[in-house]
Amino acid sequence: VYRLHGRYHEMAPNVVPMDYTRDPDVKLPMQLIINMPELKENPFKERIVESFSEDGEGSLSFNDFVDMFSVLSEMAPRELKAIYAFKIYDFNTDNFICKSDLEKTLNKLTREELTAEEITLVCEKVIEEADMDGDGKLGFADFENMISKAPDFLSTFHIRI
Amino acid sequence: KDKEDDENKEDDSCSQQNRASKRKSYQRKNSDRKKAGEEGSRQRERGKKTPTKDQKESENKGRKTNKKGKEGENKQKKDRKNSTTSAFSHSSDEESLSEEELAMLMEQVEQKKKLISTMRNKPWRMVKKLSVLREAQAFVEKFEGALGKGKGKKLYAYKMMMAKKWVKFKRDFDNFKTQCIPWEMKIKEVESHFGSSVASYFIFLRWMYGVNLVLFGLIFGLVIIPEVLMGMPYGSMPRKTVPRAEQETAMDFSVLWDFEGYIKYSALFYGYYNNQRTIGWLKYRLPMAYFMVGISVFGYSLMVVIRSMARNANESTADGDDDNFIFSWKMFTSWDYLIGNPETADNKFASITTSFKESIVDEQESNKDENIHLRRFLRVLANVLIICCLCGSGYLIYFVVKRSQTFSKMQNVGWYERNEVEIVMSLLGMFCPPLFETIAALENYHPRIGLKWQLGRIFALFLGNLYTFLLALMDDVNEKLAEEDVVKNITRWTLLGHYNSSVGNGSAATPPPLDPADVPRGPCWETTVGIEFVRLTVSDILVTYITILVGDFIRACFVRFVNYCWCWDLEAGFPSYAEFDISGNVLGLVFNQGMIWMGSFYAPGLVGINVLRLLTSMYFQCWAVMSSNVPHERVFKASKSNNFYMGLLLLILFLSLLPVAYTIMSLPPSFDCGPFSGKKRMYEVIQETIELDFPLFVAKIFSYVANPGLIIPAILLMILAIYYLNAVAEAYQRANAELKKKMQMQREEEKNKRNNKASTNPVLQDLEDLLTPSMKSESQPKQREDKKIESPNKISPDGKQGKPAAVDGSPMTSGRGAAFTPPPHVFVTQPPTLGVRPPYPGQPRPRGHPMGPVPGRGRGQPGY
Repeated sequence: VYRLHGRYHEMAPNVVPMDYTRDPDVKLPMQLIINMPELKENPFKERIVESFSEDGEGSLSFNDFVDMFSVLSEMAPRELKAIYAFKIYDFNTDNFICKSDLEKTLNKLTREELTAEEITLVCEKVIEEADMDGDGKLGFADFENMISKAPDFLSTFHIRI
Repeated sequence: KDKEDDENKEDDSCSQQNRASKRKSYQRKNSDRKKAGEEGSRQRERGKKTPTKDQKESENKGRKTNKKGKEGENKQKKDRKNSTTSAFSHSSDEESLSEEELAMLMEQVEQKKKLISTMRNKPWRMVKKLSVLREAQAFVEKFEGALGKGKGKKLYAYKMMMAKKWVKFKRDFDNFKTQCIPWEMKIKEVESHFGSSVASYFIFLRWMYGVNLVLFGLIFGLVIIPEVLMGMPYGSMPRKTVPRAEQETAMDFSVLWDFEGYIKYSALFYGYYNNQRTIGWLKYRLPMAYFMVGISVFGYSLMVVIRSMARNANESTADGDDDNFIFSWKMFTSWDYLIGNPETADNKFASITTSFKESIVDEQESNKDENIHLRRFLRVLANVLIICCLCGSGYLIYFVVKRSQTFSKMQNVGWYERNEVEIVMSLLGMFCPPLFETIAALENYHPRIGLKWQLGRIFALFLGNLYTFLLALMDDVNEKLAEEDVVKNITRWTLLGHYNSSVGNGSAATPPPLDPADVPRGPCWETTVGIEFVRLTVSDILVTYITILVGDFIRACFVRFVNYCWCWDLEAGFPSYAEFDISGNVLGLVFNQGMIWMGSFYAPGLVGINVLRLLTSMYFQCWAVMSSNVPHERVFKASKSNNFYMGLLLLILFLSLLPVAYTIMSLPPSFDCGPFSGKKRMYEVIQETIELDFPLFVAKIFSYVANPGLIIPAILLMILAIYYLNAVAEAYQRANAELKKKMQMQREEEKNKRNNKASTNPVLQDLEDLLTPSMKSESQPKQREDKKIESPNKISPDGKQGKPAAVDGSPMTSGRGAAFTPPPHVFVTQPPTLGVRPPYPGQPRPRGHPMGPVPGRGRGQPGY
């Protein structure tokens, strides 16, 4: 936690006070957070920050910040990670991963190097594979079911600070 | 559940505020300054009642509020109780609680404790977590004391305090332990730059280091140190002295570098040890210890490798290897969140793209396979070429080793001639793998399979080289054995003559005037073999380091600094930066370890050299990777291939066990050096120990056990047991596969069922669509009838036909505009539906449906 606070402080030394006993209400804007070296290269950085921020717009208070790294730490259990992964991949925050979310994910993953047909093909494939209840999009149950079987989800879905 | 819901409803904001304020007053003594702010923020958050939170969270919240509600109730009760009892006596108000209340309280405290411990796993906001945690802690603190009654209270509190201290200590200790794991930070750093697959190599390296450290401890503690401390000192015996002819040059660096001279006659090699049965005042049985350590090195390594293999296998089977979710996994888990380096990120992007393309191609081409003959031909050709390469390299090594034997007989040969074998082997190891890679390009395998083939081939190359080397050495050894016989006779004669003279003098006890350096001695083939292995290891280390230095570091420097004044982009173009070649490095490590295992029996110091090597290579390679490498473009998973490496290690361990076992069992040890000198075979040391040091009946039992009549049935029994276990495992596997299939079927069935439902849904929806506009248009009824006629056809289709309909039809519930068109091959009367649409393009779509973002499940059912 101390290290985290150090990092948090270091991002905006003039805004963040060193001592939190008086509970100041300080938030950092998204721009600062996504420029952290740990997140800088991540294609989903905006989504990560957004889904952890309390107001949904990407500014993080220190509590949210700690929250983020505790979920992304190695110690966090699979279910918790799955919940937040779901949130991260759910771009339009409608509690379902639908086709447009998938397309966005894919574009971010490949830097838009696939053609449109390939993208639609992959999206259809994903939905066909993972959609258990046949509603054409992935609810959290579908997502959790799928992710719980993925071999390297735990090893890849964490950030070290 | 019901209760929860009730609570949820009942818990409106007003009562919450009430309770919160009450609680505040209760917990004032425990609450710090932050508390107020937290409480406030919590209320703020609850006031929002966040629409973005998903279902589970709200459920949790419900549970929480439920708990809180109970707690509040209880507090009220307690409050009342307190107020009533306080009239009688204030001191005994804890005891005045009735039994069941106490039990309830206990339960609640337990519950709270559980909550505290599982807090970390709840998907709540940090603010909420903090506040709930504080509350729970305060609650526990407050009522824990109440549980212990009267007199026991202090003790109880003390106990609790100790428990807390203990927990804290344990946590500190855990931290300490993680800090003690060697190179953890270094590996993590590499991992964060290069992703987990490169880190897996370093973890493997670390594991190897651990194993070698244990072996080193074993050999050093049980063989070398006793020998140095308690054995006869240097120069006291012929075998511990440098011969007269070599004494002038024995300290020269070039001689020492070849492990001749003083090093050859040191405790690092087999020949130095004496065949005295016990040494020193401890009566330490050194030959016995030497033998047992040699065996236990193999035993321990086997055990460790197999154990870690089993653990890996457990993990991999626990993960499940069904390939139902190829695309989904690629989509959601391919990004390694650890990556923090732009170059790595670029590579990762590229690799993800290619992997997607690959799997798309796989998907498209899974059924069609063209020109199979050409491919087959090419593959056969490639294999033939590779076998040629392997044979050629094997022959080359054999040839070189033979030549080196003739060189060794000649005097004053140059540096190259002396080190020819090592140089040739290292060069082969350097140039053959790229050659194989180019040949493998002919084969056109899937990259992952190709990688396995490649690894297997390189491994075969190394192994072949090692074994030809061994065979050539065997030849050498046989020659030396013949030579030895001659020398033995000479020595006996000289010694005999010497004894005769001393007996003639009448003083048998006087030390022989013959200097130990002058005694003629045999070639001591064990030491020779040991020296060969040590040399090979050292040259391997040097070649590896030089390759890293030149191939990676110099290249990286060149690319980086010359890039400013060069005609093309060096970083992106031809030389670029070196990739970190995981597979090659791992194979090198495995091969090296094989040599260590083989050689450690003849050169106990070899393990020490290897420990040093691993230690330095850890730092050196870490530095090289961080400074001058870019990650491999083709990423392959660490988790899967780990066991592959372990399998290779096991294989090489077994193969290196073979020659050692052969020499132990069936070659006579040299007569004048080493701990087993004077015996016919090395294993006789055990028989000797048993006969001399154990009581008689043990020897008898041992002789019975060693009887072939008993050994053969035992082996048979073992084979039978293996066969049985194998059969059982197979049966389990089959059952597993069956279950998996069943599950798959069930899933499919469920899907189909749903799909059928869904396939009816579009029909209904179409009808609905048609119905609503039909108020206005005249042409609709007819088409409605059409639809109605069609609908039975649509509901009936069997699974195969229904599935595509559903796949395409299901988006209809979510994506509105585009999904309106059903697939043409099911709906025969497609055109009319399409024809209907144009007249109402701008109209808001079905009116009966809610426009909310959750149109999904069970929408069709209630509609009709």
